[in-house]
Amino acid sequence: MSGLGTIAKKELRTYFTSPIAYVVFTVFGVLAGFFFYSLINWFNSLSLQLAQNPAYYAQLNINQQVFAPLFNNLSVVLLLMIPLLTMRLFAEEKKNGTDEMLLTSPVPVGRIILGKYLAALAVLAGMLALTALSTGFAFIYGNPEVPAFLTGFLGLFLMGAAFIALGLFFSSLTENQIVAAALTFGALLLFWIINWAASAASGVGRSVLEYLSILRHFDNMTRGILDTVDLVYYASFVFLGLYFSYAAIQSRRWR
Amino acid sequence: MIAVSGLTKTYGDLIAVRNLSFRVEPGKIWGLLGPNAAGKTTTMRILTGFLPATEGRAAVGGFDVFEKPDEVKKILGYLPEVLPLYPDMTVAEYLDFVAALKQVPAAKRREAVARAVRITGLESVKGRLIRNISRGYRQRTGLAQALVHDPKVIILDEPTVGLDPAQIIEIRSLIKSLRGEHTIILSTHILAEVTQTCDGVVIINEGRLMASGSLEELTASVRESEGAIVRVRGDVRAAADALRAVPGVDAVAPVEDGLRVEWKPGGDPRDAVARCCLDGGFGLLEMRTLSLNIEDLYLRIVSGGGEQ
Repeated sequence: MSGLGTIAKKELRTYFTSPIAYVVFTVFGVLAGFFFYSLINWFNSLSLQLAQNPAYYAQLNINQQVFAPLFNNLSVVLLLMIPLLTMRLFAEEKKNGTDEMLLTSPVPVGRIILGKYLAALAVLAGMLALTALSTGFAFIYGNPEVPAFLTGFLGLFLMGAAFIALGLFFSSLTENQIVAAALTFGALLLFWIINWAASAASGVGRSVLEYLSILRHFDNMTRGILDTVDLVYYASFVFLGLYFSYAAIQSRRWR
Repeated sequence: MIAVSGLTKTYGDLIAVRNLSFRVEPGKIWGLLGPNAAGKTTTMRILTGFLPATEGRAAVGGFDVFEKPDEVKKILGYLPEVLPLYPDMTVAEYLDFVAALKQVPAAKRREAVARAVRITGLESVKGRLIRNISRGYRQRTGLAQALVHDPKVIILDEPTVGLDPAQIIEIRSLIKSLRGEHTIILSTHILAEVTQTCDGVVIINEGRLMASGSLEELTASVRESEGAIVRVRGDVRAAADALRAVPGVDAVAPVEDGLRVEWKPGGDPRDAVARCCLDGGFGLLEMRTLSLNIEDLYLRIVSGGGEQ
């Protein structure tokens, strides 16, 4: 797989030599910290209030009442930020004319796409790692269930990974970064709210629409449920995103 | 080293290249000459595997471009029309990235970059960001990019466009210095570029092959006569009449800066022409050999359009 590392390293470098990575990290870190702070504050006061009443107190659960909403909030932030992270991946190469060099190099197109994808994935991992700073306190001072927390975290990562694959595809269609970002955001939002249409449909149509909904698969994981259906959903989302990017890049050969 | 036969490329209804065939021998510099929109860039993009041809075949280094594109890409260096540079990298970082991309082994990469920097004269700017260097240095960086992996075949799309005259001369001599070790195709719409740097030329217009061959072959084929421009101080009309009578002279015609005297190739009556001017007392000011060359052919092709 020579060439894969070269591309991934160069992309990662570009994220960190430009302000992109720092801005994304800062914004995501601040928002994640704020969400966590508000939720934990609310959970604290709830605990104090319910301390008198053992029946209610037993129902308090930091996983359900802090982490599940936190992951939900962060997923919205990802929805807004991933398009900004992926918009340049191919659009910038086309604008610069560097795509001609990449595509006439001995590195196969598939590897170029994968390298770019992995670099964006690493930035996503960095963003999520930042949230570990604040959520770590919950583990020091409380006792959340670790498997449920990790499942939710994995859900967030998989969702981001799916978003990046779709963003990469839209970036491969155009040389305009704004267009790439707008299309990515629109498409992601559509996948997000597609289950609204499901409630109006019936039969097979309903189950198809429900299956397509990003949110539905994510909900399971924030609640700590690890189901192969959801894993398969995200894996196929990523695969299709990358495959369509490949087809879009190769399509210059059909024109 | 490079063989193209029956190459055709269409974009929808637009025919960019039609039925193009030519060959380039190893170690030679060949020019792809034609006016703008003649199909030069399309031809080069097909040779590099960036675009597929609609019809026909192309082979680089014995490998078919369509069947073995990966083999072709390994032995090919390519400078596209738009310089493929990353403004946020330094020149050295950029060349290192390209070397890795071209599969130069990690152990040899430093050496390969140093060599490319030396050949293209980039030592003074290698640590600077590409966004901050001048157009001339960017062009050299683009050239360095094309040769960093020491490719057998180098394809240069308009390597001197946008440079000042001094830079053009530098780049041309740089390209000439690569002759022998590398087979080079460069495209240009400037004839002087071909006559000064190339061993042979392929002239295309509107996607069609107009002429191809070594410079000598082409010059010989167009040279139906040779001639000189003669300028005299005295009566031009009388001088013209006297010159017509000189044995060996075919035709004499007044032109802007004197008289254009023509003769058949081989028979060189310049001595007799000079003597005639002196003996006739016309006052010879200047006699300049007129090289009838591929410039005439090129001009005819560019202005005439469809002549085969």
